[in-house]
This record gives sequence, C-alpha cells and structure tokens, in this order.
Amino acid sequence: MTAVQTATDTILEVNDLKTYIFTRAATVKAVDGISFNLRKGETLGIVGESGCGKTMTALSLLRLVPKPAGRIVEGEIVLNGEDILQKSEDEMRDVRGRQISMILQDPQTSLNPVFTIGNQLREALGIAHRENKSSMLSRAVDALRKVNVAAPERRLDDYPHQMSGGMKQRVVGAIAMSCEPGVIIADEPTTALDVTIQLQYLRLLKEIQAETGLAIIFITHDFGVVARMCDRVAVMYAGRIIEQGDVRDIFSRPAHPYTQALINSVPKLEQSVDRLYSIDGQPPLLSNLPEGCRFAPRCPYVSDQCYEAYPSSYQLDEGHHADCWALDANWQGTPIEEFVPPTGTAG
Amino acid sequence: MQAYILRRVVQGILAIFVICTVTFALARVSGDPLNVLLPEEASEEQIELIKAEWGLDKPLHMQYLQYLGKLFRGDLGEAIAWPNSTATELIVQRLPNTIKLSALALIVSGVIAFPVGVLVAIKKDTPFDYGGKLFAILGQSAPTFAVGLILMWIFAVQLNIFPTSGSGGIEYIILPALALGYYNVAALMRLTRSSMLEVLDTEYVKLARIKGVPEWKVVWKHCFRNALIVPLTYFGLIGAVLITGSVVIETVFAWPGLGHLVIKAILFRDYVVVQAVVLLFATAFVIINIMVDVLYAYIDPRIRYT
Repeated sequence: MTAVQTATDTILEVNDLKTYIFTRAATVKAVDGISFNLRKGETLGIVGESGCGKTMTALSLLRLVPKPAGRIVEGEIVLNGEDILQKSEDEMRDVRGRQISMILQDPQTSLNPVFTIGNQLREALGIAHRENKSSMLSRAVDALRKVNVAAPERRLDDYPHQMSGGMKQRVVGAIAMSCEPGVIIADEPTTALDVTIQLQYLRLLKEIQAETGLAIIFITHDFGVVARMCDRVAVMYAGRIIEQGDVRDIFSRPAHPYTQALINSVPKLEQSVDRLYSIDGQPPLLSNLPEGCRFAPRCPYVSDQCYEAYPSSYQLDEGHHADCWALDANWQGTPIEEFVPPTGTAG
Repeated sequence: MQAYILRRVVQGILAIFVICTVTFALARVSGDPLNVLLPEEASEEQIELIKAEWGLDKPLHMQYLQYLGKLFRGDLGEAIAWPNSTATELIVQRLPNTIKLSALALIVSGVIAFPVGVLVAIKKDTPFDYGGKLFAILGQSAPTFAVGLILMWIFAVQLNIFPTSGSGGIEYIILPALALGYYNVAALMRLTRSSMLEVLDTEYVKLARIKGVPEWKVVWKHCFRNALIVPLTYFGLIGAVLITGSVVIETVFAWPGLGHLVIKAILFRDYVVVQAVVLLFATAFVIINIMVDVLYAYIDPRIRYT
C-alpha cells in the first residue's frame, strides 16, 4: 500500500484548517491551522492524546462541527478537487456518505435503537441511489456481506440490541461504506471492542481498502494500531499537527520530542517493564494556549526560544516534517538526542 | 408481543380489584350514609327498614361481597341523593361531557407541546428557547383553577368572546379545555425538549448526519421517535389526570361532567355515586396506562422483547 503514487492521486487536501468552538467564557481552538493531504488508497493515521483536536478535525472534514458553538473559521478542505467549505448545506448532503464518510467510536450507540439495521442501511443507500425496493434490498445485503456479516438476509430485520458489539461495529462500517465513498474516517473504531475483535475489524478494513482503493483517515491514540494500519502518520498536539511523515520514518526517526515520547509510551511485548512510560504534565487547555510551542511546558529540551514563537516546520525526509525549534540549524539549547527505540527502563 | 399485552391486562385487572376494595372501605369510614337517607326524627322502625333496604344491616364483609357481586353484573347501585336514578345512569349522562373536555384538553396539550418542544430543542439557547421556557414556567407554576379564572376574566368578561361557564355549544368547552391543557403543555413541552436534546447529542444521530440524511429527517425520524418515550409516559398519565383533574376545572366552569357529579355526591354523602365515579376514574387510569405501555412497545423494539 505504501506510497509510490503521484500527486495527482490526491483525493483530499486540507490547508490551514481552523475550527474553533466559541463558548461564553472563551474561544476553544480545537483545530488550529492544520494541513495534510491524502492519496487514493492510502491510510493516514492521526495520533494524539485525548482532547488534542482529533475528533474535531474529523467532524470538520464532514462539516458536522457541533453548531452553533463550533465553527470552521479558516482554511480549505479540497475533496475530489472541490473545496467543500464553499458548498451549501444542501450540496453537502451529496458529499456526506457518498464522497466522505465516517465510522464512529462506539458501536453500542452508533445505531439507532428503534429502527432495524435493514432500515438504517437502506436509508444510507436511498440517499445516494434512488432505486426500487428490491434492488435496494440486494444492495443492503451486499453491504452486509462485504463486512463479513453471516447470513445477511436474515440480519436485515434485526434491531441493534439483538447484535453483539463487534457485529454492530461491522454494520456501522457497512453503513459508512455503503455508498462507496472515496474517503472514510475511522474515529477510534476499535476502542470499544475487545482485543480479539479489534484485530478482526482492523483486518477487515484493510481488506476492503485493498479491494476498493478506499482512502482511510485513522484516528487513534494507539501507536500500535498505527504501525499495523497506516502508511503515513500525522501527530497532533493541542490543535496542531506537530509532525507528519511516512510511518517508517516516524517510527525509526521521530524528530519531535512529543512524538518520541508517544512512541516510548507504547509497551513492548518482549520487554518487561516495571512502570509504563508516561509524559509528565497535561496538554494545555485549548481555550488558553501558551505563546510559542504548545509542548514547551512539558518538553525535556525546552529553551527560551520555544516560548517566543510557534516553531517553523522542518523537513527531515521526503514528506516528513516536524515543528520544533530544536531542529533549527541555529538551535542554542540542548540538542535532541539521537532517538533510541524504547528500552524497558525508559522513563 | 401478545404475552406482553396479556401481562399488562392481568396486572390492570388486579389493580382495579384493589381499588374497588379501597374505595369501598373509604366510603364507609367517611361517615354514616343513614344520616343522609333519613330525617333526624326518624323512628327506630324506619331506620331498620331503610337499613334492610340498602343492605346496611348485614355485616361489613357481607356488604362488601354483595357490592362486588353487583359490580360483577355491572350494577353500580341506586343513587342515594338522586331519587329514582342509578349511579350508572348518572355517570352515563355526564361521562360524555368529561370525555369531551379531557380529550380536547389532551389534544390541545399534545398538538402544542410536541412540536414546540422539538422546536425549542433544535433552537436551543435562542430567543425561541427562552420564550418557550417562560411559557413553560408560567404554565407549571400557576394552578389550573387560577389559569381558568384568568382565562375566564380575559376572554369571557373583558373580550366577551366566550361564555363564562355552563354548557351548550362548542364555545362553552374552549376555555375549560385551554385551562386544563395549559398546565400539561408546559410540562410536556419541557419533557420533550430535554428528551430531544439528549437524543440530538447521540452517536446515532451523528451517524445519520454522516450518511447524509437531511436535517428535517434527522429530527423527525431519528430523534423524535427516540425522544418520545419519556413525554409519552407523561402524556398517558395526564390523559388520566385530566379526567380526574377536571374535577377542579369542571367546578370552576360549571361544566356538567363527572367531576361536577362527584363533588355533589361527596357533599350529599352519596357513597354509592362516589364509589362508582372513583372506580370509573381508576379504571380509566389503568386502561390508559395499558395503552401507553403497548404504545411503548411499538415505539421501542427493545421493550417488545423483554
């Protein structure tokens, strides 16, 4: 799957996207100027701690930021060559589900409890294709078969509460993918599932991707899942992407101290660890961001310069960038140590 | 589904039986009906005669069994305070009036409360929402008789659009129905609003939007049905409360319904009529509750299977 594709394959391009939430007390800068692009058939992982703006990024891509408090204030989201921020709400309905879709975190609550899954599937299909009932029925069955639901014909009349969590999540996947969107956002789709089911589900997503050339944006806080699933990674911290690049580059040469710390905090099977590594402190409040680098208060390499201005972006490899002053040629502070893949005694 | 309904019906019958017993007991504790049946200077013989006629000479448990036996045959008894009428006749005369009034009040509250509740939920934190809140608080804090009197004063006395009280054409029923409905509009609207807000925030509503479902359909298909459970319980209860609650409003507007009847019966210590009306109210309560339970099961499949 890895990228030997040309730039014309780009299906989604996000430029300087800013999504703020305006509350009475403060402005929460949930997404504060992020840019990335996504090629056909590619999987981009968006990684970061809870509350760093991952989910708000996803909702922005669908233009479903919670209203009226949330608003996309700036930027471009170019999907299939068109900036969807310029579209009307009516036009957006043709985009949602058909060009870009999303799998939500919790399968237990993602399906409407009072309608059969057949009804909910047909609804998704009906919006895209105005067809007669019997062909919709067979399409619904197909959609379920695609996500490995056994005996799909019989499942159509089931209500969500009659299904297991793993099954529900596959149905949610079937609904999201029923209209064959080019891009699908998976927002921590496996956190609510138990481990064996997680693996099954991730494999299923990969299979579908291989068949259909779907581009996936995989939102997670789990670097283990990233390694398994993604071609490229964008690491988010406090509303910004602080490092992005090819998944192998990021794992072998993470440049940003935050990325390094994240990778260090993944426990390894072959090492016994007394205490799991964790990053001291809390991420800043998105309503009260510090000047300069947002990671500075927690950064082991911090110097005065870090508090003055947000760092520039530095290129490390082809397509591998990081925002950190320590990467500057004129850096005066402690140089970032050569990254040593984590050992059991880290931290 | 059948088993579910059957279970509800059996429970209902049991409840009605318990109510029969309690009303029978209460009617006896509240005073001696002989005081009403006889003039003060009645002789011992006359008393015995009357006692025998009304079955009051028998021990209490026999009276109770007799009462149940008659009830089983659909005989609610001879009215004491209304000569030559049975309780059934009295009720049959007045029941249509009470049903008319309650039904209209229920329709008034439902038709206003559900759409407005949904609207203020969608328009949360806008002037719509604040206006709705004010309307709701007024309705919930004002007692029905006060609302009735205020409506009467504005529309009957000052504007002279409707008659103040009594019965007759459609114009007589509007003010009492509004007064009776308003309290419930308020409560029902707030319930609908909070229930809608909860549902609007769920993941499945998010998924519906992700699928590209138009917003009106998100609201009315995906949310409304889910949000309906709580207000519907209340809607059923007020259906029952309206029948009984009409006691106050029927008195204020001199509306010749059951409420009016039962007040008179209490004043005359006509325990037969009181028992009959209370039993009827209770039965109505039970039946409406069963209907609501069945409706639930229709709305929410999760209830159907448990």
